[in-house]
Amino acid sequence: MKRYSALELLREGLRGHTGWRKVWRHPEPKPSYDAVIIGGGGHGLATAYYLAREHGMTNIAVIEKGWIGGGNAGRNTTIIRSNYLFDESAALYNHAFGLWKTLGRELNFNIMMSHRGVLNLAHDDGEMRQLKRRVESNRLNGVEAEWLDAKEVKGFCPAINISPDIRYPVLGATLQRSGGVNRHDAVVWGYARAADAMGVDIIQQTEVTNILTESGEVTGVETTRGTIRTPKVASVTAGHTSVIAKMVDLRLPIESHPLQALVSEPVKPVLNCVVMSNAVHVYCSQSDKGELVIGAGIDAQLSYTQRGNLDIIEHQMASLMELFPMFSRLRMMRQWGGIVDVCPDASPIISKTPVKGFYVNGGWGTGGWKATPGSGHVFADLIARDEPNAIAAPFAMERFVTGALVAEHGAAAVAH
Amino acid sequence: MFVIDCPHCGPRDQAEFAYAGEAHIARPANADELTDAEWAGYVFMRRNGKGLYAERWWHAAGCRKFFNMLRNTATDQIHAVYRIGERPPEVKADLPRTPSGEASIGSGNDAVKLVRDTGAGDA
Repeated sequence: MKRYSALELLREGLRGHTGWRKVWRHPEPKPSYDAVIIGGGGHGLATAYYLAREHGMTNIAVIEKGWIGGGNAGRNTTIIRSNYLFDESAALYNHAFGLWKTLGRELNFNIMMSHRGVLNLAHDDGEMRQLKRRVESNRLNGVEAEWLDAKEVKGFCPAINISPDIRYPVLGATLQRSGGVNRHDAVVWGYARAADAMGVDIIQQTEVTNILTESGEVTGVETTRGTIRTPKVASVTAGHTSVIAKMVDLRLPIESHPLQALVSEPVKPVLNCVVMSNAVHVYCSQSDKGELVIGAGIDAQLSYTQRGNLDIIEHQMASLMELFPMFSRLRMMRQWGGIVDVCPDASPIISKTPVKGFYVNGGWGTGGWKATPGSGHVFADLIARDEPNAIAAPFAMERFVTGALVAEHGAAAVAH
Repeated sequence: MFVIDCPHCGPRDQAEFAYAGEAHIARPANADELTDAEWAGYVFMRRNGKGLYAERWWHAAGCRKFFNMLRNTATDQIHAVYRIGERPPEVKADLPRTPSGEASIGSGNDAVKLVRDTGAGDA
């Protein structure tokens, strides 16, 4: 992999950017691989990267139906935090959090990681108690967290309205100072480039149409570009986990819903952190380009259409106006939807399955982006060793039979 | 927004309704004989299909009755509504040609549509 450097940037700037090379190859699929990963999003590419780097599995393919960065990887609001309530989630998301901190340097790709702080607001006494409890739980788990009262919230985020006269006044907030946002395209491009350099084949615009099995074991996949033999198939397809699992007659506790986001016209710096509110239900940050990036909850109905309904937009705009009256004249530039696979306990599935050689990483619901490096890291470990490690083990699909659920609806911060 | 034709009240805005998940899931009659895995199947496991899907809706701000609906989850087109206890009618829908493909209208997934020919099905 030819490394990027300040010197190269300067040289290319002077000669009209004519010397940049393609960042990854577009190889023809080989007849067989040691493992096939379905889904070239952030989690899938991270899985491929860590399989190659940590486990030496380089004869692998990532098969992507669209293009790199065209699915949920390019449809999220890029918020990074790890302030989850339960021990299992804290371990998983904090593992990812640690990897984010050095990821840009490691991939030699500027992922524009910005540790600007994440506020989770409380609007009533019950929520305040719950969030204070979460701060204590976070600290016990080594997750950085603190509690701010309303005045301190205003001090940290001057744009916010803390008037006691609004319908849902801000009573306080949790703050994870090292939380923040990054550049989603850069993350997937960086992972794709690094994985490709280690020999991973990234096969875009190719759809897996069937998974082949013989006596309960995976033997390959059929794709729109022919059959590929492989003993290990890993599904990492946000939005289509059930569709892929059905190819091996596996039922999952997942429902797929649209999750929408939108951005405003770009304005000068006005919002210096990420603000999330579970009760009035909106979350907002400002991109480095100046756009407000706004998200809220899922559409109620199951759907695979990447559009969503306008009542959700109306709801989240009303919430935004309450918290930031100054945004009322901003125009919204565009809106989009992604499909999120939601589990009943709002926690992901990282699991082996009854079909030998078939692994599932999905059901991340509304909060998958922040987990990207950690998800790929523990999933690669599971695929390579065929056993979950301590972080991945609580997220095996057996939990729906044993009842050991990791019910994170509160810390997921978005209504499921 | 959907306009949903409630079988009891007629067409109303989706804001009046609540989604109530997959339809035609019967509670096991032999509840005390079920294993944990069978219970998990009834409580948690869902078909979550891409294409024609039978689902329950609740007219929360209207007659407050549940009813069933046949909707294409790949396009959001509503094909039929029918009362609880009735069988889903036969309908013809524009379905994806491959399991995770896109229907020719309405999916919004241009990332995948752009690389396919524009014939019937997942254009």
